[in-house]
Amino acid sequence: MTDSATMPQPVSIGRRLKRFMADRPLIPLIILLVILVVILQMLRPGIVNERWIANTAKFAIPLAILAGCQTMTMLTGGIDLSVGTVATMSAFIMATQIVNQDPAVAFLLAMLPAVLIGLVNGIGVGVFRVHPLIMTLGTSLIGTGFLQVYQRTVIASGARIPDFLNWLGTGVTYGFPNALLLFMPVAVLIVFMLNRTGFGRLLYAVGDNERAARLSGVRYWQVITALYILSSLLAGITGLLYIGLIKAPSLSLAEPLVLPSVAAAVIGGTSIFGGRGGYMGTIIGALILTVLTTLLTILQMPEGGRRILFGFIVLFVTAAYLRIIEDR
Amino acid sequence: MSRFLRNQGWVAGLFALLVFLFIITKLIQPGYGSGDFGSLARAVLPYAFAVAAQTIVVIAGGIDLSVAAMMALTSVTAASMMNGASEEYALFVVPFVLAMGLVLGALNGVLIVVTRVPDIVVTLATLFVLQGAALLVLGAPGGAAAEWLKASVIGTVPISGLPDWADAWVPKALLLLVVCLCIIWIPLRRSRLGLSIYAIGSNELAAFRSGVPVARTRIIAYALSGLFGAMGGLSLTISTGIGAPIPGPYLLASVAAVVLGGVALGGGKGGLLGPIIAVFVLRLVRTDLTLLAIDPNVTAIIEGAIMVAVVMFGAFITIRGRPAGAMP
Repeated sequence: MTDSATMPQPVSIGRRLKRFMADRPLIPLIILLVILVVILQMLRPGIVNERWIANTAKFAIPLAILAGCQTMTMLTGGIDLSVGTVATMSAFIMATQIVNQDPAVAFLLAMLPAVLIGLVNGIGVGVFRVHPLIMTLGTSLIGTGFLQVYQRTVIASGARIPDFLNWLGTGVTYGFPNALLLFMPVAVLIVFMLNRTGFGRLLYAVGDNERAARLSGVRYWQVITALYILSSLLAGITGLLYIGLIKAPSLSLAEPLVLPSVAAAVIGGTSIFGGRGGYMGTIIGALILTVLTTLLTILQMPEGGRRILFGFIVLFVTAAYLRIIEDR
Repeated sequence: MSRFLRNQGWVAGLFALLVFLFIITKLIQPGYGSGDFGSLARAVLPYAFAVAAQTIVVIAGGIDLSVAAMMALTSVTAASMMNGASEEYALFVVPFVLAMGLVLGALNGVLIVVTRVPDIVVTLATLFVLQGAALLVLGAPGGAAAEWLKASVIGTVPISGLPDWADAWVPKALLLLVVCLCIIWIPLRRSRLGLSIYAIGSNELAAFRSGVPVARTRIIAYALSGLFGAMGGLSLTISTGIGAPIPGPYLLASVAAVVLGGVALGGGKGGLLGPIIAVFVLRLVRTDLTLLAIDPNVTAIIEGAIMVAVVMFGAFITIRGRPAGAMP
């Protein structure tokens, strides 16, 4: 599929394609996205309209923010599998606390577990040097346990989705989903942070060569702790957005987003080994996955089949990027 | 020699901890008897196989994130095949599922060797794939298990020459576990292949230069891990009578028990006995918490916290023994 995009070169297309992919990873991704949309339009003529685009954006935004968490952690050679649990916790606590509390207090209460889980992740990864995958998996298990205990204490008071989150998650103004109001600043902030601030540079440095970064005076554990807290906070905010979209607080609300968020970051060209990648690619990766999900739903592929496909995508893309790096 | 002593010392210390926990259990619940021990052995069964699967891969210098998903897939496969089938049909199902685990595990190894993507990413991808496949086999918990299989883990084994009171302390589940593990582990440990597995975990380059077939050994290690995973899946189906497509908390538990059992996460060190005792320790802690009448959800939190703490401790020990900046 991507061959047609870069056909003009007659000699050693494979090699040139690799170079091209490595130099401008965004262009093949955008081409892939367009191809998927065209396929969708061919399967269901007329499906691609303004409403569909707004709807796709609405569902892609929570995924893109969570994939942002993955992008940032992956840049340091990590991963954050607790984002699903953190998002679910924030959403659930918000929906239940809003019943009796002031919205601001409910918001703070909802963000509290996010900060705590991020802190524990950061200390585990940064100080004790546990593999991020194991660490975040562990904290997400503990978080789910806490959520189950918490659920019993609020069973009597019930849950309510605040109107504001409803508006933010589902509303559309002039054809643009309101969620963009939240997403745009977040995306700009992440891109700016990664490219233009010292903290962003540190993330790349730590992921690229941790030893060199340490020797040049980077406080590894501080960078990592700040990173995982930031990642958790973003996940918590995503949870609030997501509950406005799904409108049914449950204990596994954002869990289905975890695997796609990893896949989106990997597709977007962020190396799972650290040091390479960026957030723009991830955003397009999230869009690709959302369109792909629509496509698979139309083709009536069951949830299991989708997971298998996502698994192969992660493996294939990682292997492909590895080849590109080796060639250089 | 000193390393040997230290490793054995670790296992002995762990065993002492286990005995200590049994004494505490007896103090909390004076009525704790052979029947309770039998149910402990049954509860340990799937965990022990998960740990065995993880141990062999960790010794070979890798990590298998797909353990829990492998168990879920093999469990639902066995449960759906035995659903409505005759008792004799299960005689065919058991070897089939075991072979399936072996092949899928080998596939993990082949993917790692061929794509040259690190273990952790490949098994993360196969985690997605196996999870998806499990959902395709059974969309919701269901299926059945043959009666004779269910009976094979309940009750005790009559051993001639032993008085009844002692016999009561040999539950079938424990015997099944010991037999299944020994049948694979002891010949392996004594063979050239076993030595090769330790060698590639200890120093892959040195092993390669001494003529160890690194790729083949790695594939076999993953295949055996898959086989243990399939045993774990079967034991899940047998002890619950159904198959559930959602993986249990076996991944984190297996890593925690491996670390607690004295197997270095870097590879090349440790044996199977330590991790198996560690599983008993972790399960017994849970039993004690239950006996203390603590809310099961709170128990889950404490258990998760213990596992995370163990993994943190293990990573801390590993990092102490390495030059700064070298991450596993």
